[in-house]
Amino acid sequence: MATTLTINGEAKSFDAPADMPLLWVLRDILGMTGTKFGCGIAQCGACTVHIDGKPVRSCVLPVGAVRDRAVTTIEGVGSTPAGAKAQKAWLDLEVIQCGYCQSGQIMSAAALLASTPNPDDSDIDAAMAGNICRCGTYVRIRAAIKQAASGRQS
Amino acid sequence: MIITEKMSDPVSRRTLLTGGLAGGFLLAFHLPLRALAPNEPVQPPDSTSGKFAPNAFIRIDAAGQTTLVMPQVEMGQGIYTAVAMILAEELDANFSSIVLEHAPPNEKLYANPAFGIQATGGSTSLRAFWTPLRAAGATARAMLVQAAAQQWQVDPASCTTSNGEVTHTESGRRLSYGALADAANTQTPPKDVPLKDPKNFVLIGKPLKRFDTPDKVNGKVVYGIDAILPDMKFATLAACPVFGGKVGKVDDSAARKIPGVRKIIVLDDMVAVVGDHMWAAKKGLDALKIDWDEGPNARISSKDIWQDLRAASEKDGVVAKSEGDIAKGLATGERLDASYELPFLAHATMEPLNATVHLKPDSLEIWTGTQIMARVQSEAAKAAGLPVEKVTVNNHLIGGGFGRRLEPDMVVAAVRIAKQVDGPVKVVWTREEDIQHDIYRPVYRDTIAATLSGGKIVGWKYKVSGAAIIARWLPPAFQKGIDIDAVDSAVDMPYDIPNFHVEYVRAEAPAVPTGFWRGVGANNNVFAIESFMDELARKAGKDPIEFRRSMLGKNPRLLAALNLVAEKSKWGQPLPTRVGRGVCAQPSFGSFIATVVEAEVDEQGEVHVHRVTSAVDTGTPVNPDTIMAQLEGGLIFGLTAALYGEITVDKGRVQQSNFHDYRMLRIDQAPKIEVHVINSGEHPGGIGETGVTAGPPALRNAIYAATGVALWRLPIDRSLIAGKKA
Repeated sequence: MATTLTINGEAKSFDAPADMPLLWVLRDILGMTGTKFGCGIAQCGACTVHIDGKPVRSCVLPVGAVRDRAVTTIEGVGSTPAGAKAQKAWLDLEVIQCGYCQSGQIMSAAALLASTPNPDDSDIDAAMAGNICRCGTYVRIRAAIKQAASGRQS
Repeated sequence: MIITEKMSDPVSRRTLLTGGLAGGFLLAFHLPLRALAPNEPVQPPDSTSGKFAPNAFIRIDAAGQTTLVMPQVEMGQGIYTAVAMILAEELDANFSSIVLEHAPPNEKLYANPAFGIQATGGSTSLRAFWTPLRAAGATARAMLVQAAAQQWQVDPASCTTSNGEVTHTESGRRLSYGALADAANTQTPPKDVPLKDPKNFVLIGKPLKRFDTPDKVNGKVVYGIDAILPDMKFATLAACPVFGGKVGKVDDSAARKIPGVRKIIVLDDMVAVVGDHMWAAKKGLDALKIDWDEGPNARISSKDIWQDLRAASEKDGVVAKSEGDIAKGLATGERLDASYELPFLAHATMEPLNATVHLKPDSLEIWTGTQIMARVQSEAAKAAGLPVEKVTVNNHLIGGGFGRRLEPDMVVAAVRIAKQVDGPVKVVWTREEDIQHDIYRPVYRDTIAATLSGGKIVGWKYKVSGAAIIARWLPPAFQKGIDIDAVDSAVDMPYDIPNFHVEYVRAEAPAVPTGFWRGVGANNNVFAIESFMDELARKAGKDPIEFRRSMLGKNPRLLAALNLVAEKSKWGQPLPTRVGRGVCAQPSFGSFIATVVEAEVDEQGEVHVHRVTSAVDTGTPVNPDTIMAQLEGGLIFGLTAALYGEITVDKGRVQQSNFHDYRMLRIDQAPKIEVHVINSGEHPGGIGETGVTAGPPALRNAIYAATGVALWRLPIDRSLIAGKKA
């Protein structure tokens, strides 16, 4: 099925079955490999993207359901204020280890920061508990979100 | 700072650089590698240590670009940055302009001195490479100085180096390393070059930013699973759900109708579907009707495995260490006995197993992320029926290793599939396949008997029963029936015990493949030992830290860590009901770490880990921030296993399949973690696994303190602690 999506502000046209999850369209058709495959059943959050600014697990989102809504991926989130803040805090606090889950972590964090500019611990728990980090970087993820929110070292 | 994706062959690189094209300078180092001290774990026998080979880590081109070749792989542990810091420190390179390159598969140049093969694991990287890398950097620096001194006709001793330049102090003349590259290449490498006095370190000991992280925040990083080749196909596979089973009949009529499915490949033990993308491959696989020939393992269950292991652990084992008179020791004072059991565990790396393969009639190229470059190359060559030199392996930054990528099976499977595919094919395992066909952390059972007299241990008999991974993975290191990994941390306990005896029973579970899992043998032994220490302390009527302290006379480094953690964790200060503190003290992987966990057990038996405090002496800290990060993450990794980790088998199949039933600790359950790094100035210790081994026993002891219930098995059984309070 010929489809056109707006991804990171650009129109992308491709041919894909309507039931194909957005994750595989991004990775295997468009070659945008920043969005990661982790579990395939919305349990780990590695595939998180934004649909109209809201965090969504792309591994279970049929591409046919996206329609004309804006898709933002890790490749484009740096051009949003919240995304740029999150990326900077992630590097300032050296959050990342293997990094495989961190695209999804940053996407979830950026969506949180955009909707809740000063999140407290329970906001962070609620927004981030869907993202597994096997390296166990949670302590720094929490600190980085707070730093991104305040602009100060936490 | 750049990490180059494409690796080049060191031989052709040398040809290029010395052939005048680049006018560059290549140092091929021929350094005797330091063997690990005999009491350190995973020590190969002399027969393999004799195979330690020359290394090539540094090259500098005429433009002054310094490329550092990384002998160890980066899987999040920060080793690329640490290796670069060590080389650049002794080289006095301009650190901000360094380029890193993955080493190619080459056992001669890049073998890990701890194993004698090219492997990253066992928290060995800094322990094994610290001295060789410093010597490599210092020798390179000395050759550059010699070249400059020759040009200036001065004494090399009158020259200094910094930031990629040689300076003649008296005259103020300066030459960049790039300008000296050609001349340095003709110098004879000096022998026994002195290393820097640590007080002059400018990089080592500083919390420098990592090389690998900037591309990890914006989606640019390329893991093995992200490899893209022109005209590449995508495949996913299913092995027989029963270990060792075979493919019977396959009905592919429905799968063939799925758009994008290109090929169904039926091998004797697995089926793969090739498609235009992973979605087609996955849908195709789901649509296959496969009759499996399950074979004899279809009768195996966890119940039987445990029954067998318990029976095996009652037998006498091979004596791994014996000091004093154990019979006399066990006949003295008050005796306590206990047994501890640890389950099978999956690795569950966030990057699912994968390999991209392009098999041509006379060559094979592989894109993957592996902890064992050269072994992947040779195993892939065997599977393809090609000579090893026809196989190119492109390694990548790794999305989690944890020991799973110390095995080549995912690459071998991809090569077998690629034999039936024209052009390149990316083979990605589903998470379900990844969990159900892991190479699991073995089940272990540890039996301990100890006696107490005057508040101290006088006799200690410890027996570990479990698989001998070393016998399969590094056969030359399996000597006299003892798996040196399985007894690691048991034979080198820190406490003063006059009558001490350790045995090993090799007990292989039927059918279930077992391998290394982050924390390796120490995970099992530190859990059993440190749990039992708390039970002994209680029997002796002593505070758990006081009890340990009194027997650490010969281990000042661990004692210092224990004292520090007692202070920082506010040990001894009152806590509410059902909240407890637990301690674990251990030398492991060449480091000394003491950890206190504070945890609450609620009415329902759910465990809430509030706070973890660790004090660690890991010798000379190379990058203190990385040490803290590895401990924070390692503690979470260990606590995850203690709280949730168990793989069970029924009818020959693994019962768990994805993160809903093989749970991970998440941010809302993560404790506060405080790490204190002690700089003892000693040889660097390992740090990637130290926190993993510390978490479970400290948590278990916190639960013991909170509830009075002694747990003898992991993961934590909530039903045993619900409603209990100390």
